[in-house]
Amino acid sequence: MTASTPPHSTAQYENSQLVSLQVNGETYEVVTEARRTLADVLRQDLGLTGTHLACEHGICGACTVLLDGAPARACLMFAAQAEGSAVRTVESLADGEELSDLQQAFSDHHGLQCGFCTSGFLMLAEGFLAERPEPSRAEIRETVASNLCRCTGYQTIVDAIEDCATKRRAAFQAQLDGESP
Amino acid sequence: MKPAAFTYHRGRDVDGVTRLLRELGEDAKVLAGGQSLVPMMNFRLARPQHLVDIAGLRELVGIHNDPDGALRIGALTTHHAVETAPSTRVGRNHAVVREAMRWVGHLPIRTRGTVGGSLAHADATAEWCLLAILLDAQLTVRGPDGERAVPAADFFHGYFTTALDSDELLTEIVFPRPAPHSALTEFAERHGDFATVSAAVSLDLAEDGDTVRGARIVLGGVDALPVRCPEAEAVLSRDRPGTGGVLDECAEAAAEHIDPPSDDNGSAHYRRLLTRTLVRRACEEAMTR
Ligand SMILES: Cc1cc2nc3c(=O)[nH]c(=O)nc-3n(C[C@H](O)[C@H](O)[C@H](O)COP(=O)(O)OP(=O)(O)OC[C@H]3O[C@@H](n4cnc5c(N)ncnc54)[C@H](O)[C@@H]3O)c2cc1C
Ligand code: FES
Ligand code: FES
Repeated sequence: MTASTPPHSTAQYENSQLVSLQVNGETYEVVTEARRTLADVLRQDLGLTGTHLACEHGICGACTVLLDGAPARACLMFAAQAEGSAVRTVESLADGEELSDLQQAFSDHHGLQCGFCTSGFLMLAEGFLAERPEPSRAEIRETVASNLCRCTGYQTIVDAIEDCATKRRAAFQAQLDGESP
Repeated sequence: MKPAAFTYHRGRDVDGVTRLLRELGEDAKVLAGGQSLVPMMNFRLARPQHLVDIAGLRELVGIHNDPDGALRIGALTTHHAVETAPSTRVGRNHAVVREAMRWVGHLPIRTRGTVGGSLAHADATAEWCLLAILLDAQLTVRGPDGERAVPAADFFHGYFTTALDSDELLTEIVFPRPAPHSALTEFAERHGDFATVSAAVSLDLAEDGDTVRGARIVLGGVDALPVRCPEAEAVLSRDRPGTGGVLDECAEAAAEHIDPPSDDNGSAHYRRLLTRTLVRRACEEAMTR
């Protein structure tokens, strides 16, 4: 085949790059424009639409994912910046049809109504609890202030996170007790 | 909105980055944690043609205690790394630096945003800018022609402008002296958002724990730059702050010293009232440290 017009306009071609992403334990190679955010690539290229996108300037937290375990705004980073880090999205929580303990707690406590904000809150809470397994209620309240929910009024979200933390600690204690002779 | 197109460069070391910045000129921007730059690009308030990602410059990450009592923090250290630093790293003498971090944005902002990015961005209410002025920090800056140290008082020039040239990197912030009796407090409508007004106080207390040998009071959110309040500082050095009415006088002097703006976050009058309350609160916290 003879070389003719490149597949993209020159401008687009110049700004495209190959990005290798590790998401929920799988490796993906994506050719994308440099200006595309991690949130856009997750949703549009990888089809992981559980990560939501609303304000696109860091205020609402709908796009929160975990980056090497720490909660981060996927709308405030370009996909290339995530290279070399392990990304986790809300799709990693459930095991098939079975909800994770955190998701179940949100369901039990009515920590969602319309559900638009939920994936962001789940990933925020997942990262927060991994670092602070014994948070006070005040700390949970301060942490969830980072994300916006227009439906629930937050109390039920705080209840869900607190309950999940309590159950995780109890399970951990039971495991320790079971191990001791 | 989505950002305008740009070319992405990944920096490998400080020298390579500063040379590249010189080559690319004014159309290039440094990308650190992206927590200020990317929102501006998403709004298209910033449209750099080149972004130089410095996140890989691990030499700029870290918290160090010098034997002479100075605390040095690398520019790429995240707010969250400072917030969670053990007291062997950020000790009692600089506790105010660690404690101020819980006011910087929200957890997902602090895990990405960096010390250097905050100082280079130079928002007048940013906690790092207040801390730099409050504690007389030195900012280490490196360009293609070498390194220089800029005192915090000369670093901030106005709204979002600093002493940095377009081919220079901020590499480190140095807090030269212990400052055990210091505190920072603020008010924002939603905890974690930029403060409407913030107040920071540092006291040089005599051994009796009550006589003030020197005081510094810095306010954020009331002008284009963090503002010092010499009149209010003088009140504290003149009378023992523990005695009746001195803190009120000090807070009043600070509120009178400023000429704050009115905007969506609050009127000038409201900012004055906040200033009075917050200066008082910060003084009380600093004294009990
Ligand atoms: C919702 C939200 C709330 C926030 N609330 C607060 C708050 O309450 N207080 C607060 O202080 N901040 C707040 N921030 C901003 C946050 O602290 C940013 O992390 C910080 O201002 C910028 O750091 P960064 O590493 O993300 O820099 P970037 O966004 O990557 O860069 C910011 C600017 O600094 C330049 N730059 C970055 N690093 C260097 C360097 N080493 N040398 C030279 N130039 C450099 C860049 O070119 C750019 O111009 C908030 C942000 C969001 C999104
Ligand atoms: S979409 Fe990312 S914070 Fe709102
Ligand atoms: S459940 Fe509707 S926004 Fe939170």
